[in-house]
Amino acid sequence: MTGQTVSGNMKRRYLKQHLFFGAVRLSAIILTLALGGILFYILANGIQVISWEFLTAPPTDSMTKGGIMPAILGTLYLTIGAITVALPLGVVAAIYLTEYAKQGKIVRAIRVGVNCLAGVPSVVFGLFGLGFFVVFLKFGSSILAGALTLGILILPTIIGAAEEALKGVPQTFREASLALGVSKWLTIWKIVLPNALPGILTGSILGIGRAAGETAPIMFTAAAFFTAKLPGSIFDEVMALPYHVYVLATAGTHIEETRPIQYGTVLVLVVLVLGIDLIAIVIRSYMRRNKRW
Amino acid sequence: MTRHQKEIIIKNVFFILSLVSILILGLIVVFLFREGLPLFREVSLRDFIFGMEWYPTYSPPSYGIWPLIVGSLIVTILSSLIAVPLGVLAAVYISEIAPPAIKEVLKAIIELLAGLPSVVLGFFGMVIIAPWLQETFDLPTGLNIVNASVILAIMAVPTISSISEDALYAVPNEFKEASYALGATKFETITRIIIPSALSGISTAVILGMARAIGETMVVLMVAGGAAALPESIFDSVRPMPASIAAEMGEAPFRSGHYHALFATGIVLFLMTLAFNLIADYISQKFKEVGSATL
Amino acid sequence: MENNHFDTEIIKTKNVNFYYGPFKALTDISMNFEKRKVTALIGPSGCGKSTLLRLLNRMNDLIAGARVEGEVLFEGMNIYDPEVDPVEVRRRVGMVFQKPNPFPKSIFNNITYGPRLTGTANKLDLEALAEISLKQAVLWDEVKDILGRSAMTLSGGQQQRLCIARALAMKPDILLMDEPTSALDPISTAKIEELIDELKKTYTIIIVTHNMQQAARISDKTGFFYIGKLIEYNATEKIFTNPDVKQTEDYITGRFG
Ligand SMILES: Nc1ncnc2c1ncn2[C@@H]1O[C@H](COP(=O)(O)OP(=O)(O)OP(=O)(O)O)[C@@H](O)[C@H]1O
Ligand SMILES: [Mg+2]
Repeated sequence: MTGQTVSGNMKRRYLKQHLFFGAVRLSAIILTLALGGILFYILANGIQVISWEFLTAPPTDSMTKGGIMPAILGTLYLTIGAITVALPLGVVAAIYLTEYAKQGKIVRAIRVGVNCLAGVPSVVFGLFGLGFFVVFLKFGSSILAGALTLGILILPTIIGAAEEALKGVPQTFREASLALGVSKWLTIWKIVLPNALPGILTGSILGIGRAAGETAPIMFTAAAFFTAKLPGSIFDEVMALPYHVYVLATAGTHIEETRPIQYGTVLVLVVLVLGIDLIAIVIRSYMRRNKRW
Repeated sequence: MTRHQKEIIIKNVFFILSLVSILILGLIVVFLFREGLPLFREVSLRDFIFGMEWYPTYSPPSYGIWPLIVGSLIVTILSSLIAVPLGVLAAVYISEIAPPAIKEVLKAIIELLAGLPSVVLGFFGMVIIAPWLQETFDLPTGLNIVNASVILAIMAVPTISSISEDALYAVPNEFKEASYALGATKFETITRIIIPSALSGISTAVILGMARAIGETMVVLMVAGGAAALPESIFDSVRPMPASIAAEMGEAPFRSGHYHALFATGIVLFLMTLAFNLIADYISQKFKEVGSATL
Repeated sequence: MENNHFDTEIIKTKNVNFYYGPFKALTDISMNFEKRKVTALIGPSGCGKSTLLRLLNRMNDLIAGARVEGEVLFEGMNIYDPEVDPVEVRRRVGMVFQKPNPFPKSIFNNITYGPRLTGTANKLDLEALAEISLKQAVLWDEVKDILGRSAMTLSGGQQQRLCIARALAMKPDILLMDEPTSALDPISTAKIEELIDELKKTYTIIIVTHNMQQAARISDKTGFFYIGKLIEYNATEKIFTNPDVKQTEDYITGRFG
């Protein structure tokens, strides 16, 4: 239905489209290969190191042999501590922002504050943790100081996820409850929160994953190069998986010798963190598919 | 206590607790300055920022962080050059082109990339990319700007693509329909209508991605090489600010000049990322207020 | 009528069924649209008027899960033939939407968006084209001094005329209009009605409207739809004075249940 010149023009236009779509697909392929490559490499090198002993024994022979149990435990403690701090604070802040606050200067300021906090570099959190928790509050380098530092690091993640989840609860739910004469707080507690719970949960899980993988914030606040004993209280230093990787890979005289342990530790860390993320992703996509409203 | 009073108390308690983020931000400033400012009894701000020599352990020490700042900027810029096209194109693919199933998978892949701990990526850069670079280009070390930039790009892509994707997704359908109805191809609609309409959101994404790269610690600590000198080529080693802080804090004697200098470096880093974040916030806010109407 | 041509039909549908996924939105539609006439499509909400309109320039292709059966012949050629490029179809069958949808660009760039895609790059050509199109859409006098300003700053009525001018700049053969005045005030509506009257000298216009007076005023032929079916298709005068089908009469007189 067209003349020669027009269809020549059309060809050129479709050629550009093909090239662009090619570039777009290529970028998707590159990202897939990057993730796939990294995961495959880590799995291939790490899997032969993993054994029951590796997971349950402490390091021996100045960390050139043995397992990584204290580091796994330490990461567990720090992460549990972080989420214990961040979850209540984050959910409360999100409730205030979505349910109570009227749009205005203060809310805007809180939002900017949360956004800026989310953008603070992790090493600056580390410095802050050192200056405030370790030195000023005299917690010393300890589980407590590290967990608090990680807690404020993931606070913006939790607030963001909780806000999103609360906003997703239909307005009609609130109106129905309020119209029955139920007080605002009870409405939030009985109606809004239960419906937002899955979303809050996924956000928290992602926060846990983030906390478990961070290194810089715990370097000066909690992490120990090596501890002979398991921690006895929250004022003790701990080993942690990410810091253990860093230490073995960069410091000391046995870098090549401890490569297998490094691979094994990296694998454990990745399985832990991505496993946690994957749980969150699956829960979320399940939730979206089975939305009740 | 009446029900009404109880409601008011709850509201106020929640209000106070929601201020915690701001409070922490304030405390971060206070404590960075508390531990960082004493440095300026020893050196001037000018010599600190623009000083070419970072020899914190010599006697007399010199605390010039210009090479550190340059190191940070260079890896940030180079990584953005890689991450911005990759992230934006991936976002375009997800929001406009990919079939639904691929879209879901790709979103998950990007989310998992975002979830990879930085120490793991740093480790990967050390044991895989560094030896490869060293051999291929016959370099003294593979721990250099290129290596750090590639890894930082992997970290910045998820930020850039997920925020860009939201922005692309928010472009009103009417614009797309109008474009198609005028006989535009999909490519033309994407490049001339959709991307320009989402530009402020994409800019926010890029800035936040760069902020992510400039503040990232473990990667530059492990793969940037650590040389505190101005680089002459992209295969030179550098020592970006976060790397310097993380590497040296353990050895700096408590409240020594070195210790204060590292905190002061933290202030510079904090202010830089704060600026990035405020700009991003400003752009996205401006976008929100006027809607799509005056783009 | 002054424009008496032998080849009066320009586009027609033959036994068209249309589905949104499993939902059948149009059933067995066969309609001839005449050249340089205004055809109005009327019917209650949800009866498939927009769907039919969007079939004629393949805009429905953009909806996932949409499916067409039957043929749509444009100058004798089935536009749903796999060989046919929908982009070319849309270039020749322009469309104006219910809600004015100018691009967030300058007035000038809105008008020249289409022509630039098809290769018109010369600034003078584009300027001439913009002037002609804006004059055709009776907007020129109002915007000739502010062509560089964002189209978003125009009033709703001006925006809609800009959208018409933008469609005209492609020099289409057919202009599809989906309730083009439903979002406008009476004065803007009157302007656009006058404009349609003027445009039909050169273009074939197919317009969806909910406004009976409007259909009666501006169209030559009217088709009445009900739940996806074409109930009656006749000269407008006949439809509004002496329709063949009782359902049509009920709808037009407002006695519809
Ligand atoms: N994108 C879509 N997906 C699924 N169903 C659709 C879609 N668009 C329209 N429909 C359905 O198809 C039927 C016809 O819709 P259409 O928009 O053509 O009606 P209409 O006659 O233009 O109505 P109105 O006068 O309200 O504009 C309706 O039942 C509608 O719900
Ligand atoms: Mg309609």
